[in-house]
Amino acid sequence: MAEGLRFEHLTIALGADRLIALDCTVGPGEVLTVMGPSGSGKSTLLAAITGTLDPAFAMTGRIRLDGQDLSGLPTEARRVGILFQDEYLFPHLSVGANLAFGLKPEVRGRAARRARIEAALAEVELAGFADRDPATLSGGQRARVALQRMLLSEPRALLLDEAFSKLDTGLRAQVRALVFDTARHRALPVLQVTHDHSDAEAAGGEVVTVG
Amino acid sequence: MLGPVLAGLLGTLAPALGYMPALGGTGVSLAPFEQLFAWPGLPRAVALSLGVGLAATAVSLAIVVLICAGWAGTRTFGMIERLLSPLLSVPHAAAAFGLAFLIAPSGWIVRGLSPWGTGWEQPPDLLILQDPAGLSLIFGLVTKEVPFLLLMTLAALSQARPGQSLRMAQALGYARVTGWLKTVFPLVYRQIRLPVYAVLAFSMSVVDVAIILGPNTPPTLAVQVVRWMSDPDLTLRFQAAAGAVLQLGLVLAGLGLWRLLELAVARAGRAWIARGGRGRRGAGHALRLGALVLGALAALAVIAGLGGQVVWSFAGLWQFPDLLPDGFTLRNWDRHGPRLAGPAFETLLVAGAATGLALLLTLASLEAEHRHGLRPATRALWLLYLPLIVPQVAFLMGFQTLSILAGVDGGRAAVILAHLVFVLPYVFLSLSDPWRAWDARQDTIARALGAGPDRVLWAVRLPMLLRPVLIAAAVGFAVSVGQYLPTLLVGAGRVSTLTTEAVALAAGGDRRAIGVYALAQTAAAFAPFALAVLLPRLAWRNRKGMRDG
Repeated sequence: MAEGLRFEHLTIALGADRLIALDCTVGPGEVLTVMGPSGSGKSTLLAAITGTLDPAFAMTGRIRLDGQDLSGLPTEARRVGILFQDEYLFPHLSVGANLAFGLKPEVRGRAARRARIEAALAEVELAGFADRDPATLSGGQRARVALQRMLLSEPRALLLDEAFSKLDTGLRAQVRALVFDTARHRALPVLQVTHDHSDAEAAGGEVVTVG
Repeated sequence: MLGPVLAGLLGTLAPALGYMPALGGTGVSLAPFEQLFAWPGLPRAVALSLGVGLAATAVSLAIVVLICAGWAGTRTFGMIERLLSPLLSVPHAAAAFGLAFLIAPSGWIVRGLSPWGTGWEQPPDLLILQDPAGLSLIFGLVTKEVPFLLLMTLAALSQARPGQSLRMAQALGYARVTGWLKTVFPLVYRQIRLPVYAVLAFSMSVVDVAIILGPNTPPTLAVQVVRWMSDPDLTLRFQAAAGAVLQLGLVLAGLGLWRLLELAVARAGRAWIARGGRGRRGAGHALRLGALVLGALAALAVIAGLGGQVVWSFAGLWQFPDLLPDGFTLRNWDRHGPRLAGPAFETLLVAGAATGLALLLTLASLEAEHRHGLRPATRALWLLYLPLIVPQVAFLMGFQTLSILAGVDGGRAAVILAHLVFVLPYVFLSLSDPWRAWDARQDTIARALGAGPDRVLWAVRLPMLLRPVLIAAAVGFAVSVGQYLPTLLVGAGRVSTLTTEAVALAAGGDRRAIGVYALAQTAAAFAPFALAVLLPRLAWRNRKGMRDG
């Protein structure tokens, strides 16, 4: 079975404009960086993978994840994790409840779920943050909560949509290292879109330029 | 929305042409119209309706536009914004009563000036209230239409980016008001055109406010139609239907006239812009102050009017020209309070049901729009405004006839459905913008975490949008509480709410009773607003990110 995230003759077009043409595989633990100016259709590629592509775009070819064809699957069944430049922590839920939203329902029992959440927080040096209001966290803390929330949903691939562009330089290197190390450690294929060369260098994988 | 309105219109047209088997009218004839045209008060009633509608709309729009031109983006404007919701929630009838308490010959203003200023020891024999020219009616309408139009303009402004255009115009040397009128207003007006039409149609065909503040002999056409409709002489129903059809024609003519005015103003405006005049700062300043004073006067009239109702409802002996009653007593509330319970319960039940249904329909259609990636067409907006533009008398009569045919006449269910027709547009209009403005990436994130669309709706979107949802419900509730004509006509007089009871008291002139009923009516409309503001604060008191959301 073909492991990883595979694009088979994928094209995305808006009217007569072909925005994306991709035919490659991102293996487990590998990173593919897609670079291009804003408006070049980078985020469109991610929307195609998550299944949120606007009907105005026309897509041909296939996207496979661990051998499974994603087309026709609803977003929630694709098991693809995504991080944006804003963390999109749910503002009405506590940090712990945000993580619980991501944690699979198969983990049963209040105590077991709570333990998993505490462990996830401890992993990123946020032990004891479960009852905090997400709006009171610093940028770096929010980024780590968002990462852990996504990982608790046990995705099979990781998508990064300019995920580091809002963090300042020092923090940025730190969070970036955390994300890439975790992905490598968990053998997740990663696709990042960015307009920043330092993101591409840090990722170390193949780079595709669009637009 | 199209269904009930069209069906209602047909149901009005048939008896207007003499066809109403239940009353023995089986042929088609123009006799009802002949009778209508034979009524000597007709020309005056028609002229009144048209004049009041156009004047109230023009004055309200002018105040709103100048307030926005002069004050948008300032701190004063922030204060005006905060005053809006409470002012909007005051039912039309209650505001009209409040105004009546103020400006009547024995009202607070005359009392305040007497006897030292006027020398009056008795209330003067002046026809201030219900004056034949409809001036007090126009004033009453303006006090309620200014907040409505202002709210609609604010929504339009948030999309038009007025700050940039205005700064650019000011950089080119334009005075503030002139710059706003030349650069922002054309964009904004395009978006508030439908609300303006709704204001015009409403002002031309309003019944409850016109009963309280409008002239009597003859009254406006809409009031006369309702009189005929509730006359014990059933043959007058044909004439009433003909009048309702005429009212529809009148509103259409009024809208046509307004459209012509629009074109003329647009033409003049283009020439004005092309001349490149920068506007004089002094004149602009005077205009901007004038608009603020007028707007404040309108708001003050509503607030002071409510104050007057509070005082009257607790008043003991209160002789002219004393500014305050001799003593305060609970007697009025003791006397009328127990009789309030029935109508109050009915009001809450009808408003609750109509609002609940409207909210359900709105949420369902907005969520369907989101899930299936549909784009709302501007034409759909017209449909939504239809019940607000077609005069109530014109289609409620048919609605009543149809509900008799459907076997739900005179009941609570029929009244709830009739209210729904008017509540739904307001709920939809107030919820759709915040709903659509919700960041779709929040949805992507939640879905990517494995949540299905239903879970996203209940666990993420609705809680995050709690405040706009509750505000929309409060708006719907207030609209339902304020409905006079639908309750009266469709309820066949058997469903009595606080509003129908209060308006019924208008003719009697017992100010203590009116004070009690109008206050109860205002409270019923206002309480949900207070809840809509307080509940989210309470629910999200530990969530900083939800403060403004």
